Order: sequence, then C-alpha cells, then structure tokens
Amino acid sequence: MKTWKEVPPGAVITEPGSSRKFKTGSWRAFRPKWIPENCIQCLFCWIYCPDMSVKVKDGKRTEFDYDYCKGCGICALECPGKKGNKAIVMEEEGK
Amino acid sequence: MHRKVAANGNEAIANAMRIANPDVCGAYPITPATEIMQRFTTFVSNGKVKTEMVLAESEHSAMSACIGAAAAGGRVATATSSQGMALMWEMLFIASGLRLPIVMGMANRALSAPINIHGDHSDGMGARDCGWIHLYCENAQEAFDNMLMAFKLAEHMDVRLPVMVGMDGFITSHAIQTMEWIDDETAANFIGEYKSTNPLLDIKNPVSYGPLILADLYMEYRKAQEHVMSGVPKVVLDIAKEFEQISGRKYGLFEEYRLDDAEVAIVVMSSAAGTTKEIIDQFREKGIKVGLLKPRLFRPFPYAEVGEALKHLKAVAVLDRADCFGGSHGPLYVDIASALYNYAQRPVLINKIFGLGGRDYMPDHAEYVINELLQITKDGKVKSVKEYIGVRE
Repeated sequence: MKTWKEVPPGAVITEPGSSRKFKTGSWRAFRPKWIPENCIQCLFCWIYCPDMSVKVKDGKRTEFDYDYCKGCGICALECPGKKGNKAIVMEEEGK
Repeated sequence: MHRKVAANGNEAIANAMRIANPDVCGAYPITPATEIMQRFTTFVSNGKVKTEMVLAESEHSAMSACIGAAAAGGRVATATSSQGMALMWEMLFIASGLRLPIVMGMANRALSAPINIHGDHSDGMGARDCGWIHLYCENAQEAFDNMLMAFKLAEHMDVRLPVMVGMDGFITSHAIQTMEWIDDETAANFIGEYKSTNPLLDIKNPVSYGPLILADLYMEYRKAQEHVMSGVPKVVLDIAKEFEQISGRKYGLFEEYRLDDAEVAIVVMSSAAGTTKEIIDQFREKGIKVGLLKPRLFRPFPYAEVGEALKHLKAVAVLDRADCFGGSHGPLYVDIASALYNYAQRPVLINKIFGLGGRDYMPDHAEYVINELLQITKDGKVKSVKEYIGVRE
C-alpha cells in the first residue's frame, strides 16, 4: 500500500482503464443466467448493462463477464425474451 | 506606470481577474460581491478577456462549474459572499481535495438568520477548514494585490490549491478608496502563464478525477493535503517578495504595526485594522507602547511565526468579526491562543466580538480595548475573557 508521500496529488488517476483491475464481480448476491434458446439477440442487455459485463462478439451476445457483473439485474428486467420466456433470469449466488 | 485611482474593493478584485484573464468563470451574483462579477462580465462582453462565462443557477453549481473547468485544465476564478459561500460549502472541499487552483474573491458578509447583507467574517470563518488558502485584506489596495498574488499562489507547482481572498463587505467592497493599479502587462507577466496539471481535456493522456478512496488510503490523502498546506507560507513569502519588485509594496504572512517594542497589542483582521492603527498612533503619542498584528494568511495559519511575534507582550486582545456559537471564543482568538499556548511566558489573552452584521467598529472601541489591556498589565485582573463590544446591553 502507498504511503502519504506516494499518493498522487488530488487523487487523480493517470492510468487509463485502471478500473479493469478492480473486479467488482465479488459484490454480486444474484447472478444473471443467460438462456440462449430464449434469446432473440436484441442486445437490450448489452445496452442497459451499467458496466460492460455483457460480451458481444460478431454482433451477437455471448456469455456474461462475471469478473465485473455486480448482479444488479437490469439486464434480466429489460430482457424481452422469446414468447414470454425470459432469456436472462437472476439466481441467488451460492445456491 | 503605476496609476493612482479612486476605486472600491470590488473594482480592485474585478480588475485583478481581468488581468489574470481566466479561461473559465462560473458565478452567481450575491450582495456585496455582485459588483465583482457585474464588472467582470462587462470585461467579457467587451472582449477585454477571453473568459468563458458560466452563469450558473446557484453558487453550488457555480463552484461545481469552476471545479469541472479547473480539472479540464483551465485557469478559473469566481467570487461570492455570505449565503453564496455557504451554498458552495460542499464543493469547496472537493476543489481543495482535487488540488484545483481556483481563485475566489470574497466580500465577507454576515450569515442568515436574521438576514443581513453587511460585513462580518461569518462566511469566511465557516469555510476556514475546507482546505482553501485564505488571504484577508484591509482595503481595496490589498484586495487588488492579494487577488493578483492569489493566482500565482494557487497555481504554484508546490501548492496547486484553491485560494479565497476576503475583504469586508461594503466597508471595503463598496467604499471608494485611493489605490494604485499596476499596469496590465507588468501584472500579467507577474502572474505568468497558466500551466495545467493532469487536464481532463488532454485526450492523449486520459485521467480520472474524483475516485472513491476508502479506509485503506483516505488517511494518506488527508495527510498529503495537510503536508502541502504546511508548505504554503514559504511560497506566500516568495511571491510577496517578487510582488514587491513590481509594486513597491511589502506583504508578509501578517502585518506587524508598531509591535516590536509594544507591551500590549490588538490582533484584528481586515478593515478594522485601519481604524485600530489610528488609535494606536494616538496612544503612542502619549508614550504608551501599543501595537497591532493583522493576519493576512489566515489558512494555513502561521502559528509559529504569530507566536514569535506576540510572545513578548504582556496582554493581547483578539478582535473577532464572527463568533463560534457554543464554542469557547471567536475563531481568530482560538488560533492566537493555540499559537501562544506552548510558550511558558505568554501574554494574557482576551477576546472581543465586534462588528457583526456590519455594526460599525468605532475609534472609541479600539480605545476601550487598549485601555482594558493597559489595566490588565497594571493589576493583572481580567474582568471577562470574552466580551461583545459595541452591543446594547
């Protein structure tokens, strides 16, 4: 840990993208579960995710990034699903 | 060429801001500082400065705009008073904690309730511990000089802290006095070019301002801030020396008036010091050794230097133009007492609260206080440590 002589003036962070080092996934109490068969690839989850925990490859969503997902559940709430079946459901961690 | 003019304190501060030519000015008008921004916005409209004026919806927003602009990498200035200062209060700590060199003129005014627009130090004293550097001025000349020096001080690479420059509302802000301008070019060269540190607008070197710092590091940041503050007096003196070369006017951490050989003294800030000096001269003519100490740099308070300057006296009266409700004494008294406490031999210290809400500080008030100090040196009796003067009993 830094001493008071080493901390940067004004607590300014000069290293870009350093928040990557801070894995917020450990905060999670509920875990979003992706059900690909109900997914219409609307990418609402990707747009609404307040972090960047919905990974998209070649225009299609893939698995969640659980290193950073805090389990807020916004993706599950916004998910339109397919024919009334959600493509994202929240499950309690540790169950 | 140094022009002698008739000007008031607001005009003095507005012109110092014009010379500094800030990149951004976020402001909201409030009596008695309104005229500072009124004059300054005229400079903006007339193209005398290149400042981006942000007319905010409140002082909280005005200071927030200043903080954003300073973090973006600009020279930033504003002005306020009283309730405006109170509304800024939350953001003042953010400006200092982020080490942003914002410069603010302050026409000191009483706080509500009851509502009062006149001069006292309640606003500045309320913000005394917010991490800003405080400079206080006796008159319009000092307001101009201190405001110019404030830019250089705030922006000094060993400082990078916000500075507020206080003068007494109406008494100094509005009363027209004789003062001397410094020509624009000399003054602008003295202040120098603004150098930004970690500007948000430098997109090649991205930075983040305002991160969450919890129990594992917060105390280290606070200690670092306290350490920077402790180095400020040296820079204040260096800048004052440089300023003397362009102006011929001397500034210290505080002013000592006939203090060296004095036996009793008054400590008082801002405009009341002028009246006090007159009365001191009258006592001196009678051979009575009276002096004055007028703090200029109020934060960081130069405890060691003030202690050395006052320790030889027999009795000292500290005059506060603000009170601390429920505290033992006025804010200035508490600092002077701290400066003297560790000396085995120290003067008897009394506290007078005066001039609240613009109540006149009259020559006979100074005379009354000096006579009380002289009585203490004779019989050692202190009738009361703290007393309101100029109040109807």
